[in-house]
Amino acid sequence: MAKVAVTGNSAVANALRQVNPDVCAAYPITPATDLMQQFSSYVSDGKVDTELVLVESEHSAMSACIGAAAGGGRVSTATSSQGLALMWEMLHIASGMSLPIIMPVVNRALSAPLNIHGDHSDAMYSRDTGWIQLWSENAQEAYDNTIMAYRIAEHKDIRLPIMVNMDGFIISHSIETMEYLEDDKVKNFVGKFERVNPLLDLENPKSFGPLILTDYYHEYKRLQHEIMGRVKGVVNSVTDEYAKLSGRQYGLFDSYRLEDAEVGIVVLGSAAGTTKDVIDEYRDKGIKAGLLRPRLFRPFPFGEVADALKHLKAVAVLDRADSFGSYGPVFMEISSALYQAGGQPKMINKIYGLGGRDYMPSQAAEVIEELNDIAQGGAIKLVKDYLGVRG
Amino acid sequence: MKIKTESTPLKLKELAKKENPFESGHRMCSGCGAPIVVKMVLMASEYPVVASNATGCLEVSSCISEYTAWKIPWIHTAFENAAATLSGVEAMYKAWKKQGLIDEKVKFVAFGGDGGTYDIGFQSLSGAMERGHDMVYVCYDNGAYMNTGIQRSSATPRGANTTTSPAGSVVPGKQQGRKDLTRIMAAHNIPYVAQASPSNWRDLMTKARKAIAIDGPAFLNVLSPCNRGWRSQTNDAIALCKLAVETCYWPLYEIENGELTVNTTPKEKKPLDEFLKPQGRFRHLFAPENESVLKQLQEDVDREWNRLIKESSGESK
Repeated sequence: MAKVAVTGNSAVANALRQVNPDVCAAYPITPATDLMQQFSSYVSDGKVDTELVLVESEHSAMSACIGAAAGGGRVSTATSSQGLALMWEMLHIASGMSLPIIMPVVNRALSAPLNIHGDHSDAMYSRDTGWIQLWSENAQEAYDNTIMAYRIAEHKDIRLPIMVNMDGFIISHSIETMEYLEDDKVKNFVGKFERVNPLLDLENPKSFGPLILTDYYHEYKRLQHEIMGRVKGVVNSVTDEYAKLSGRQYGLFDSYRLEDAEVGIVVLGSAAGTTKDVIDEYRDKGIKAGLLRPRLFRPFPFGEVADALKHLKAVAVLDRADSFGSYGPVFMEISSALYQAGGQPKMINKIYGLGGRDYMPSQAAEVIEELNDIAQGGAIKLVKDYLGVRG
Repeated sequence: MKIKTESTPLKLKELAKKENPFESGHRMCSGCGAPIVVKMVLMASEYPVVASNATGCLEVSSCISEYTAWKIPWIHTAFENAAATLSGVEAMYKAWKKQGLIDEKVKFVAFGGDGGTYDIGFQSLSGAMERGHDMVYVCYDNGAYMNTGIQRSSATPRGANTTTSPAGSVVPGKQQGRKDLTRIMAAHNIPYVAQASPSNWRDLMTKARKAIAIDGPAFLNVLSPCNRGWRSQTNDAIALCKLAVETCYWPLYEIENGELTVNTTPKEKKPLDEFLKPQGRFRHLFAPENESVLKQLQEDVDREWNRLIKESSGESK
């Protein structure tokens, strides 16, 4: 395994090269542009056999991906922000038609006001589209998740599309030292694409995308829920198999110094790294802090997450997206998980880092101090608040 | 099971023996033009066809789970993206070819109404044509959003009464003329663009056959009466199409590699009124106060017809 120093976009583009999808349809958008740009050069240099469809919008990108996936084969695209928002209609159709499309999403803020920097609004507002969502802490995990995504999405018990999320700029554009697997190892791991009812099977003509009204629509949607229920098990088995190949073991979530913790922070993506450092500092000061970083966000592993958190006295959920007039999206999941588990922790929600605002160690420290105070019996001042807002 | 595809001579006697890839029993309204258009286009093909369909009347009436009228591979995903969806299917076909998964020459045909083609699907259509996919896009143009209940589209003729451009006491129907989509598609400099009408079935099928056979993008704009929206009779679709051609409201022409040919010149160009009168959507135009709209409509038709004749380099029949 070769050590390389690359950006997240390069790492994921390389994963796509190693997988060599049959069709990619894409439209450029910052900060994902670079990813498909690099992939385009693989096409031009004959390093992949992929049919590249350079469409005129993200709506058409996802439409073409759906057409290609229905046709029968391995299909990928990548996008961000407004691009994902423009795809929104088609995201439901990709999952509703049970098409395993792999889409790296380089997470970015949504307009207005226009902002090209990283936050999680794009993927969070797409969380109910029936797609599986994997989240990554760094370029290594974005690369690993992308490769694993093919196995998960294409699993015969699932056949669903996957978004592989990574923080815009912080992961996509920062150079990081990481490891690539050898090409043949990736090829063997993802295996041959298994075609299920391909549209291009002329001998057995099929109609895709029927109208289903009040008679069976309800059952159809119930079935999607049922299929989502199978995802967790497949993610676990694929993740374990990948660990044997790569030496890198992931889980449904990443748990850091949580077992004996009294207070905990839940946060997605790259902010986890910063938070872990600050947790270490507080551990040295005798404050028992820990962290949980969800990796599989859809379907959300409620039971496992609750088990990992329910012994804590206080939990802060950090959201890099907002739901105006409500709590942050991750906070809502964690609250639901803990309530159903009869959990005890007191909970606060911090919105941080919108539109690429830096998440600083001082902010993590501020949260741990507040959690510590709550754990000692202090009152919760505000359930939902914003970190690092300028005066 | 796969239906047989063969190059049948475009003669009724021969065509009658051919299997129709668009099965009867679908739920289109009686007298609708769209299924006639679909049947003619698909039966003209000399190759196996994979079709895509924009959301619309044709789609909701032809594939209601567990039934389908399509005996060929068919896909519907949404309203505005029949062309983009089919781009993806065609790209996957190329991948299959490259990998030796399929030998046969397969052709790709998208169907959309004027709503899904002129308006909401215009960008997707333009993109697919510009990219040069091997695909024929067939617009069945009935001149309004009929599926949602007869709302105006950019293909609705001037003065027409629709549910969103109702003929009222102040505003006499649609205020704008039609978008000339056939010309716009020709401006994409694609190998083949044509306008056809089911009344001239051999012309339509010849054009469809040619469009499908071409390696690359082609666009067919086909007139498709809707008796619900046109406020006409269920048995007059073909008669109205004939009048549309004879009045030059719907000129039959093709643009092949940039060369424009008018395919049918009426022996006697009928006044536009003859096409408008049988249709309830134009009834209000015959009131004295709306005379100017009728005049404008006739002028629009004359201008375009004269332009076509001037530009036509081929032999007209």
